[in-house]
Amino acid sequence: MLGALLVMAAIAIVLGAVLGFAAIKFRVEGNPLVDKIDAVLPQTQCGQCGYPGCKPYATAIAEGAADINKCPPGGEEGIHKLADLLGMEFKPFGGETVPKPKAVAIIDETTCIGCTLCIQACPVDAIVGAAKQMHTIIAAECTGCELCLAPCPVDCISMAPIAESVTNWKWKYPVYALTASK
Amino acid sequence: MRTLYQFHGGIHPPTNKTQSNATPIAGAALPSRLVIPLHQHVGNSARPVVEAGQHVLKGQVIGMAEGHLSSAVHASTSGTIAAIDEQLVAHPSGIPDLCITLIPDGQDEWIARESCEDWTTLSHSELRHKLRAAGVVGLGGAVFPSDMKLYSHKQKIKTLVLNGAECEPYITCDDLLMRERAADILQGAEMMRALLYAEEVLIGIEDNKPEAIAAMRAAVAAGGHQKMDVIAVPTIYPGGGAKQLIRVLTGIEVAAGVRSTNMGVQCFNVGTAYSAWRAIRFGEPLISRIVTITGNVAHPQNFEALIGTPMNELVAQSEQLAGTTNYIMGGPMMGVPMPSKEVGVIKATNCIIASSDAIFPKALTALPCIRCTRCADVCPSELQPQELYWFSKAKNLDKAEDYHLFDCIECGACSYVCPSNIPLVQYYRFAKSEIWARDAGKKAADAARERHEFRESRIEREKREKAEKLAAKEKAAQEAKAVQPAIAPVKPDADPENTLQLKIQTAIDHAKEQAAAIKPKNTEQLTPEQQAQIDDIEARRARIRELAKDATPT
Amino acid sequence: MTEYLLILLGAVFVNNIVMVKILGLCPFMGVSKKLEAAVGMGAATTFVLTLGSGSSYLISHYLLGPDLAYLTTLSFIVVIAGIVQFTEMAVEKTSPSLYQTLGIYLPLITTNCAVLGIPLLNVQAKHNFMESLLFGFGGSVGFTLVMVLFAGLRERMEGADVPGIFKGSAIAMVTAGLMSLSFMGFSGLIK
Repeated sequence: MLGALLVMAAIAIVLGAVLGFAAIKFRVEGNPLVDKIDAVLPQTQCGQCGYPGCKPYATAIAEGAADINKCPPGGEEGIHKLADLLGMEFKPFGGETVPKPKAVAIIDETTCIGCTLCIQACPVDAIVGAAKQMHTIIAAECTGCELCLAPCPVDCISMAPIAESVTNWKWKYPVYALTASK
Repeated sequence: MRTLYQFHGGIHPPTNKTQSNATPIAGAALPSRLVIPLHQHVGNSARPVVEAGQHVLKGQVIGMAEGHLSSAVHASTSGTIAAIDEQLVAHPSGIPDLCITLIPDGQDEWIARESCEDWTTLSHSELRHKLRAAGVVGLGGAVFPSDMKLYSHKQKIKTLVLNGAECEPYITCDDLLMRERAADILQGAEMMRALLYAEEVLIGIEDNKPEAIAAMRAAVAAGGHQKMDVIAVPTIYPGGGAKQLIRVLTGIEVAAGVRSTNMGVQCFNVGTAYSAWRAIRFGEPLISRIVTITGNVAHPQNFEALIGTPMNELVAQSEQLAGTTNYIMGGPMMGVPMPSKEVGVIKATNCIIASSDAIFPKALTALPCIRCTRCADVCPSELQPQELYWFSKAKNLDKAEDYHLFDCIECGACSYVCPSNIPLVQYYRFAKSEIWARDAGKKAADAARERHEFRESRIEREKREKAEKLAAKEKAAQEAKAVQPAIAPVKPDADPENTLQLKIQTAIDHAKEQAAAIKPKNTEQLTPEQQAQIDDIEARRARIRELAKDATPT
Repeated sequence: MTEYLLILLGAVFVNNIVMVKILGLCPFMGVSKKLEAAVGMGAATTFVLTLGSGSSYLISHYLLGPDLAYLTTLSFIVVIAGIVQFTEMAVEKTSPSLYQTLGIYLPLITTNCAVLGIPLLNVQAKHNFMESLLFGFGGSVGFTLVMVLFAGLRERMEGADVPGIFKGSAIAMVTAGLMSLSFMGFSGLIK
C-alpha cells in the first residue's frame, strides 16, 4: 500500500516538475491568433458585431467570448473562412443580422451644413471637409459601415449600393441540368 | 530551313475559313449611327472630351487617354455627337457602359492629319506618344495599349514575333489583311523592331493560308527587309496563342507567371503592326478595323468597318439569313455571345458570327466527369483541366490557384474534346473572376485596416499632446504663482464654473454679432427660382435649429 | 534487427491501430477535415505515443513490477496526461492556428484509446524497452498515415457530387469502412 502511494507520488512530482518547467518555457505572450482572425475580417469597422471595431471582435473570437456569425459585412463566406481557421462548424447568421449588398455612403451636398460630425464618426477617414464647409466622401476608401448616418443632424447621408459594372462584373457559376439525354 | 518546335496538346477543329476568305476586303457602308464605347482597351476608361450636340471631324479625339495604362478613342467619321450615356456594349455581361453616340453627317471629312514621311526622325518616346494618342491597341483580342508593350529598357528583346497564325476557326480578317496590305504590315514591324531594339522579326502564319504566306514573303523580298522571316507554322488550334506561337517559332517556353519579354520575345498581332504604321505614317488614328462577317449570312466576307458600327448594320451588308439567333464576337472557340445585335463594333472585334441553331446546335446535356483526362492531353498550357474543373466546381479557389488556374488561356480545347460535354471554360472563367474579386476585397480590407489603425494612433497622439500641453500650462501657471504670490487673481471670488459660462456666453454673442455683420454675397440679382431655393434652405435651417434646441439636454 | 523491423512494419501496416485495431476513431473522424490539421494531429500523437510508450515501459518495469500491476492503467493515464499537457503547451507556443484547429482533440489525446491502448498492448506482449518504443512509434506512424490518407480523401470529397443524405459524416464513415477493408490486404505481409 505504501509502495503504491510512493510510486504515485513520485510520478506526480516528476510530472509536476516537467509541466512547471514547460509552463515557463512555453509561455504564450498575447494571442497571435487575433491577427489571423483580424486578417479574415472585412475591416469595415462598422461595429455591427457589437464590438467597437474589427480588432476587438477578433480578440473576442480568439478568447471564445464571441460567436463567429456576428459579422454581416463578411457575409456567409466570411463565416466559412472563420470556421475553417478555427476548426469550428459553420454557423448561419442569426435572425437580426443579415448581410446587405456592399454600398458606399453619399453626402447630399446641397443639404450638408458642414458640422464635421460625420468626419469624427468615420473609422477610416474617408470623409473630407472642414467646419462650415461642405463635406464629401472618398468613395474608394468608404467601407460602407454606415457609422456616419446616425450622427448627421440633417440626414444628408445616404447609402448607395455598388452597382455591377463592366469592370467588376463576375462570370456566373455555370448551371446546367444533370439529366440523361434521350 | 528553320527548325520549328511543338507545344503540348492542341486540337484540329474544322476551320470553316473558306466561306469568308474568297472575296477581298470590302469597305463597309457608312452606318446610320456609331456607338463608340470609351472603354475598349485594357486599363482606365478614356475620358470624354466632347459634348452632346458638338460637331466632330473624322479622326478627332473624343475620349482622352486617362492615367498610365489607357488609350484614346476617336470619332470614326465626321458628324454630330448625339449623346454621351450608358449603352449596351460588346461585352458578355450585358451591362451598359459609357458610350459616345455619333450621327454621321455623310461627309466623312477628315480632321487635319499629321503625316510623317520618315519615322526614323522621331524619337522613340515621340513614337510611343503618337501611338497612345492614336489609340493603337493590340488587335489580336487582348486590346492592350501598344505603346506600353513597345518598351525595351528593362529586358533585352531579341525577337519580335508577329502573330498572323489566326488559329481560330471562321476568322479570316488577318488572312485578308496580310494578302492585301502586306507591305504596310512590314513597315509597322520595322518600326516596332526599332522601338524594341529587337534583332530579328519572325512572322508566324499557319500553313492553311498559303496566299497570305506568299504575299508576305513577296513583300519581304520587295521591301528588302533584313532579318525578317515569314514562317509557315502547322495548323493546330490554339497555335495562335502568344505563348504557343512563341514556343513553335523560337522553342522558348514562357514559364508560368513570367512575361515573354523577360525571355527576350515580344509578340504583336499583324493587325496591330498595320494600325501602328498607319498611325505614324499617315496620322490616322485607330478608327476602323477588318472584321470577318460569317456564319448564317448569304455572303460571308471581310469588311473594313468603322469602330462603333452597330453589328446588325454590318451583318446586313452580308445579307443575314433567317434563323439567326444572336451574334458571337470572336470565333466559335473563344468568342462570347453579344447581349444585343445593335452593339457597336469595338477595337477587339475581329469577327462576328451570325449564330443559328444549324451552325451551333444547342449544347448537349453535360454529364458527370469520368476523369478520362482527354482534356489534359489537349491542354496547350499543360494544365490538369479535370482537376481545375473539380476545384472550380466545388468553389475551392485556393486549390484551383495551386493547380495554376491563371495559366489557363481559356482556349476551349478541353471543352471541345470533353466526352461529357462539360462547359469547362465557363467554370474556369467563374473561378478566375471569383479569385479576382476576392483579392480585390482583401486589398480593400487591408487598406481599410491601415487607415483605421492610423486614425486610432492619430487620435491617441492628439489626446496625449493635448494632455501634455495642459500639463505644461499648469506647471507654468504654478511656477508663475510661486514667483508672484502677491498679485491677486483677477476675480478671486468668482467660482470657476461661472467664469466658464461667461466666456461661452461672450463667444456666442461675438459669433452672433459676426453672423449679423456678414451679408450674403451675390444676392442682388436673383431669379425667383433661386430666391425660392434660398428661402427653402433658410426654412430648413430654422427647423434644424429648432430641433437642435429641443435635443439639447437641460 | 529483423525483429525490430517486423515490429515497426507490423505496427504501421498490418496491425494498423485505426484501421485494423479500430482504436482512436475519435480524432480520426474529428480532425481529418483538413490535411494540415491531420498532419499536425499525427505529429502530436506520434510525439505523445512514442514518449508515452517509452516512459510507460519504464514505469511498469521498474516502478510497478508484478506487485503493483494493478496500478498499471492508473499510472499510465497519469503519465500520458502529463505528456499531453506538455505537448499542448508546446503546440500553443509554436503553432497557434494548429492549436486552434486541433481544438478539443488535443487534450483529448489523453483519453484517446490508441494512446492508452499501445502501452497496454506493450505490457501484454511483454515487449522490452526498444520494442516498446518501436511499437509505440510504429503505431503512431500508422495512425498519422491513415489520418493523412483520410484527410486527403475528405478534402477531395468536398468537391464531389455526394447525394444529399450522404453528405458530411455519412460518406466519411463509408469511406473509412472501405479504407479499413483495404488495410486488410496487408494482413498477409507478415506471418
